[in-house]
Amino acid sequence: MPRQASTFAGNVDTLYLALWALTLVIMVIVTVALIYFVIKYRRRSPDEIPQQIAGAIKLESGFMVFMFIIFMGIFVFGAKVYFAQYRMPKTALDIHVTGKQWMWKFQHPTGQREINELHLPVGTKVKFTMTTEDVIHSLYFPDLRVKSDVVPGRYSYMWLEATQEGEFKIFCAEYCGTNHSGMGGRLIVMKPTDYQAWLAGNLNNLSPVDAGREKYQALGCASCHGANAEGGRCPTLNGVFASQVQLVGGNSVEADEDYIRESILNPAAKIVAGYPAIMPTYQGQLTEEELLQLVTYIKSLAPAQTDGISTNAPALSNNPSAGAPTLEGQGASNPDAFRANPIGATAPSGGGTSSTPGAGQSNGTGIRPENR
Amino acid sequence: MSAIDRTARDMPPATPGVKRIAEPRADERPGSNYLNNGYGWKSWLLTKDHKRIGILYLISISLFFALGGIYAGFIRLELLTPQSDLLQPATYNKVFTQHGIIMVFLFLVPSIPATLGNFLIPLMIGAKDLAFPRINLLSWYLLIIGAVFALGAMMYGGVDTGWTFYTPFSSTYSNTYVTATGIGIFVAGFSSILTGLNFIVTIHTMRAPGMTWFRMPLFVWAHYATSLIMILGTPVLAITISLMAFERVTRVGIFDPALGGDPILFQHLFWFYSHPAVYIMLLPGMGIISEIISTFSRKNIFGYKFVAFSSIAIAVFGFLVWGHHMFTTGQSVYAGLVFSFISYAVAVPSAIKVFNWSATLFRGSISYDTPMLYALGFLGLFTLGGMTGVFLAAIGLDVHVHDTYFVVAHFHYIMVGGTLLAYLGGLHYWWPKMFGRMYPEGWGRFSALVVFVGFNLTFFPQFLLGYLGMPRRYAAYPVDIPAFQVLHILSTAGATILGAGLVIPLIYLIWSLIGGPKAAGDPWMATGLEWRTASPPPTENFHETPVVTWNAYEYAPQEDMEVIGKTSPDDKPDRSSYSGA
Repeated sequence: MPRQASTFAGNVDTLYLALWALTLVIMVIVTVALIYFVIKYRRRSPDEIPQQIAGAIKLESGFMVFMFIIFMGIFVFGAKVYFAQYRMPKTALDIHVTGKQWMWKFQHPTGQREINELHLPVGTKVKFTMTTEDVIHSLYFPDLRVKSDVVPGRYSYMWLEATQEGEFKIFCAEYCGTNHSGMGGRLIVMKPTDYQAWLAGNLNNLSPVDAGREKYQALGCASCHGANAEGGRCPTLNGVFASQVQLVGGNSVEADEDYIRESILNPAAKIVAGYPAIMPTYQGQLTEEELLQLVTYIKSLAPAQTDGISTNAPALSNNPSAGAPTLEGQGASNPDAFRANPIGATAPSGGGTSSTPGAGQSNGTGIRPENR
Repeated sequence: MSAIDRTARDMPPATPGVKRIAEPRADERPGSNYLNNGYGWKSWLLTKDHKRIGILYLISISLFFALGGIYAGFIRLELLTPQSDLLQPATYNKVFTQHGIIMVFLFLVPSIPATLGNFLIPLMIGAKDLAFPRINLLSWYLLIIGAVFALGAMMYGGVDTGWTFYTPFSSTYSNTYVTATGIGIFVAGFSSILTGLNFIVTIHTMRAPGMTWFRMPLFVWAHYATSLIMILGTPVLAITISLMAFERVTRVGIFDPALGGDPILFQHLFWFYSHPAVYIMLLPGMGIISEIISTFSRKNIFGYKFVAFSSIAIAVFGFLVWGHHMFTTGQSVYAGLVFSFISYAVAVPSAIKVFNWSATLFRGSISYDTPMLYALGFLGLFTLGGMTGVFLAAIGLDVHVHDTYFVVAHFHYIMVGGTLLAYLGGLHYWWPKMFGRMYPEGWGRFSALVVFVGFNLTFFPQFLLGYLGMPRRYAAYPVDIPAFQVLHILSTAGATILGAGLVIPLIYLIWSLIGGPKAAGDPWMATGLEWRTASPPPTENFHETPVVTWNAYEYAPQEDMEVIGKTSPDDKPDRSSYSGA
């Protein structure tokens, strides 16, 4: 049994041991029955024909139902353990992972990068946002009982909470080519204070948000989406993350990481209603890491706090209210809202040149266009 | 008395009330059989006789198996030490890939259906041949052409994608002979499709008078279910492999996201075939076990219809569980739950079979002949293999053990402990029928024990390795987890024993062709139609079309069967175990 170094480990091990106990019981029953029959009913004379025995529907059906109930029990147990792993925590330390033949690259939210080595604080929820530059990999921490495939062209997520300090193995579990078995390293789980100290000693990188902002300017995104992502010829990006985006053709889509990624790499795939399809593709101009930074930057662009209303449906857009701020609400998804405004008339606000604050903060008021 | 020298003359006198069983026919022209009907190479390579084609398959897949086994030996030797010292990682990757491709596509899929199924299905249902003898021969040639491509690719430099060919590694990144191997698998797949087609048509249209569906041996039922999967599943594999090769050659985006494709789509398509394919490999083995258990305990199969329909249920449900190979790919949690649920549903018919086989032994007359030892070994190993499948179907646990040696161990328990043992058992059981010679019984029992011990020592440690976190397909593994190496050494030691246990039958079976005592038409006192003709059978199987008046496994009239849990004296046996109309 490997060490139990995460909050999942106990449950997974319990399930594992319970299943071995069940297997043992079944194996003992089958083996003992077989050995008993084989000895007790061994052939006594070469020509004997034993009394034939008919099958029994009731016995068979009973057995079927019995086995089905046992299996359902295991199914529920397994599903419960899985749900805990599947539900992402709301707040967590966000680690970016990029797989590459044959190394793991990690980046901390404060910008520190590591290759094949990862430092994490104990007792803290950590969420991994992962992708790969080439083939499918799978990030696997056996002592923490977590694993997730890392698939090119999309983001995979995984979370964990380490419960034990120490050094643990990192493996790549999905076969990825020649040096597959060399694609691993060390996970170092340390006290949160030590983690902070470790971070402080490695302050030579921009945070992903800042790096993403630099990319945003360098790649010319600002010329259409606005210097502060307030929109222009193209939709605003403020607060677009996690919102419902209205598309040409009447569909809407939730703007998650994969949507943003696709819109950068293949803008023609989903056109926001009310905008011309003028964006060029950025396929091939960005590494996966840079792409992750851009996505992180766009995620950090929150809507204006003061008028965070839900505009999921066009009908609601005429009814702005200074309700409680919500991450969901923003105007970018509402084409009507934009049409009612000359470009730039209401945005940006006077403080538009102020640098965008870090993740999770508002970037000023008045940026989100309203139709009145 | 050994069964070897029993002939028609010294068959036991029929017990009063027992219908005559399984006497060889007395009217055979002495000496004329399918083996001595022509000796030239044309009489073999252009034969349309299903029995000769079965023998062609037997020889070819034995060679493939030997080659795959040699690759397995290299894998086990390499893993004796944590470093990749015997083989470079690049070589190791080719070795495990080629082990997998040969064993799955060239050995396990054709193994039982194409050899024993081909040989026995017409005999069992009282037909002269399969429905399409020429297509049957074509199937063999397709397998050989496929093998030429696949093995040729291996000789020219090999392939390193794993037998699963996951994209985009296979379609974009691998610099090995992926396309040629893909063509080989594509062509070999058609061999499988045509065999399945042939079986289905034969079983539907060529049964002898009186051979109703519920008088058919369970071996035939299992092959019917297998053929359904072959016909419905294999084309999907052909499509998938073609698309992968197409993307590789033309760079049109299908699976590679850099070209606009979806790598997970490949996995869906691949497992849509490859999970049912596991049942292509396993179901015929289950058919063999039903025959052996009945014959060597001289009992009717307990719950005949439950066993027959469980094969069909497995074939149908088997198509609905492919997503359980993809729990960690980030597929939707609800899809995961549904796939997990159906995976448990498919475990129920397998459990039914084990239950019925065990119940058949109850109050039987059990002999310890070689085929029976293999069948008993199958029961134990398949139960453990099946139960560890239950581990893997539990999503929360699968996340940890997916892509580790736990999966490797589970798969080999089913494929080696299940299919290979059943195949060896079946080969021994029908060897006298196929070649008219008995093998040395003592050596047979000895090798069955050696295989059983070697197998367990090879693969049981891999369950523990997997839970410790040892990923599969690793050429090298960490030195600082000492348990890894200890378990790998145990596994390699077991593989040595297993290898030896497999060489012994190779020697004595070949020897028996010349030196083995001549076998009677029915050396085992079995009930099937195939035992009522000579050993080896004449070219046309039966000199006259048999008329079947008895039920499957009818050692005694069905009306005289004892009823379990009888409440009143005139309780009749219920229909689940009646075979016949």
